[in-house]
Amino acid sequence: MNAPDQAPREAVIRMYAAREDIYPREIKGRYASLRWACVWLTQLLFYGLPWIQMHGRQAVLFDLASRKFYLFGLVLWPQDFIYLAALLIICAYGLFLVTAVAGRVWCGFACPQTVYTEIFLWIERRFEGARSARIRLDRQPWTLGKIARKGGKHAAWGLVALWTGFTFVGYFTPVRELSFDIASFGLGPWETFWVLFYGFATYGNAGWMREQVCKYMCPYARFQSAMFDKDTLIVTYDAARGEPRSARQGAPGSGDCIDCSMCVQVCPTGIDIRKGLQYECIGCAACVDACNGVMDKVNRPRGLIRYATENALAAGLSLAQVRRRLLRPRVLIYSAVLAILGAAMASSLALRNPLKLDVIRDRGSMGREVDDGMIENVYRLQVMNTLEQPQRLRITVEGIASAQVVDGDLIDIDAATTRAVPVRVRIPGGEGKPGSNRIAFTLASDQSAALRVTEEAAFIIPK
Amino acid sequence: MADFFNEFWHWYVAVITVLSILGCGILLWSQSSYRVKLRADGTPEQTTGHVWDEDLTELNTPMPRWWIVLFWLTIVFGFGYLALYPGLGSYAGRLGWHSTGEYQAELKQARLDFGPVFAKYAGQDLKVVAADPQAHAIGERLFLNYCAQCHGSDARGSKGFPNLQDRDWLHGGEPAAIKQTILHGRVGNMPPMGAALGTDKDIESVAHYVRSLSGLTADPIKVSFGKPKFAACAACHGAEGKGNPALGAPNLADKTWLYGGSAETVMETIRKGRTNTMPAFGEFLGEEKVHVLAAYVWSLSNAPAQQPIVTAQAK
Repeated sequence: MNAPDQAPREAVIRMYAAREDIYPREIKGRYASLRWACVWLTQLLFYGLPWIQMHGRQAVLFDLASRKFYLFGLVLWPQDFIYLAALLIICAYGLFLVTAVAGRVWCGFACPQTVYTEIFLWIERRFEGARSARIRLDRQPWTLGKIARKGGKHAAWGLVALWTGFTFVGYFTPVRELSFDIASFGLGPWETFWVLFYGFATYGNAGWMREQVCKYMCPYARFQSAMFDKDTLIVTYDAARGEPRSARQGAPGSGDCIDCSMCVQVCPTGIDIRKGLQYECIGCAACVDACNGVMDKVNRPRGLIRYATENALAAGLSLAQVRRRLLRPRVLIYSAVLAILGAAMASSLALRNPLKLDVIRDRGSMGREVDDGMIENVYRLQVMNTLEQPQRLRITVEGIASAQVVDGDLIDIDAATTRAVPVRVRIPGGEGKPGSNRIAFTLASDQSAALRVTEEAAFIIPK
Repeated sequence: MADFFNEFWHWYVAVITVLSILGCGILLWSQSSYRVKLRADGTPEQTTGHVWDEDLTELNTPMPRWWIVLFWLTIVFGFGYLALYPGLGSYAGRLGWHSTGEYQAELKQARLDFGPVFAKYAGQDLKVVAADPQAHAIGERLFLNYCAQCHGSDARGSKGFPNLQDRDWLHGGEPAAIKQTILHGRVGNMPPMGAALGTDKDIESVAHYVRSLSGLTADPIKVSFGKPKFAACAACHGAEGKGNPALGAPNLADKTWLYGGSAETVMETIRKGRTNTMPAFGEFLGEEKVHVLAAYVWSLSNAPAQQPIVTAQAK
């Protein structure tokens, strides 16, 4: 009754799609080993760093409550916030450089999302088995065995996640006290909240969200293409060599791809690399490992899927030619900016003055006349000692020849504190000009010539 | 004052807020499905139909469902928040939260935190408190915050504001008297004496006599004329001009001058009088803080030799 030309011309499609489950197959190979090395390196660093002690305190501690950041021998104060900005800029440029050269290697090997997903996948395999077993388990109805496997997996995930949350909070509140507090159930409400929050974030992101974070939440996936060019190394499928693919190996006219779909099965974001460069590709090279294994088995040369550049594929460049194209303007500029920023930050940190001084002239009184016709001004010296040792500092005044500090020119200041010190400066009558005179306060340590800071101020002589 | 001048604005804000949130929900719901053209083979079109730069087309890719669920949760959260906290016009919210209440709670917490520190000193004698290094550091900070504006960071005052480092006290320099001064304030009042003394000449003579009391240079003839006239001043400053702490009348026989000791300044003081006020801090700081502060102020003029510049630091 319905002729083809009378079929509905329109359809209603759902705009919100449920996530399709991805079961990445475990893979061994050069890049998988590299990724595991990165996992070990980053996690040893992350879990271990808070436990290192130095100068009788935690070596790395971001003490938000007292607004001091301890980084081994360095103590940063809110005034040093510029270094955080510089560090972020350097990180951003580092990412630009790496991306321009080798695409999303950060994503594939060092990004926390990838690293924790790798750990969580490893746990998943211990409880639920390999890819096919996991698919089968998810399809079968609930049994005691399935409950045990799934329950065990989530319990293990939960433990790792809680440990991660605890470690993270340990960077902001001393980790040793934190562990005592947990052991004695005496954890404060905010610490409890943040441990649970970061634990939950780890569990949710690495256990459930996985590639969804990379595809829909991560901004880097959206703008990394701006740093790509045709000489950027990317994970690519050599279509010229592989196509037309054929399941029957060696069929006449067929390429090297035997359409085994291993590259699709191992992909953590569930894409088919043979369709070309896609924004979902995190450059983890799991498909490279998989395809190389298959090529070995079918006695074909490796590298049907490999790290290559678009230009290399199009023109069939050799490795040496690809390397030579590395030194293109974009890469050179990124490197130069990175080197300049790095050097500027390092030298600025090295030359950082550990003493800081603010001079506030008392506004209540102008210069006043005291005994013997001397003129006196009162200042409040705001002294900051960012070092971890107490200091004894001497105040001197320059600018007017016989200006001198009255009643003691020594200040004692405790380790890592600020302190306001009222100081009177006196000059004999007749010196200087009536009105405002420039003077400069200098705070200096007798022990170390490097500990020295000078700040200008005004000395007012009444008319 | 009410949040709004009349009931209308409360409803205006509340209705707009609720309708906006509902509007977001309607938008989400209405966009959950999409009508697309069918291709020749009967399957739905995969692109939105827009083409740029000759061959760029936009894929009709669905959003992940969890993302949309988050939007719905946000709407639920929004209504929950508006029910609990103020946000809907002048509706106060079920929890009765108020910024003033939060401030009061923080204040209460601060009193709990710092109360014991001050309570420790409250029972001690002021001279004992003055000798305590921690109390000294606290006192120094209190002084820099509340007293230095008038008396100077070094407590040496300036014209019209007494020097607290010397041993000259208008109302008495005993620790208890200083505490009394800080708690309740003082009003110093020197009435204008010009009319009572007579002519400008008479005033000048009295000024010279007053200067002579503290050994400053003065014209002996004017001094001799001024001396009998000083009887009018003696009621407060005493026959010898040594002042009276009970009245706050300054000692005129020392070299300390609140407004200056030049003949012109003394004449102006006599002619026009002086009124000076030390505000009361008892209400504002509370008795326990004033206790520590008074000990610090007393120690300024009764300090052991090594103080005050080099002092211990409070942790």
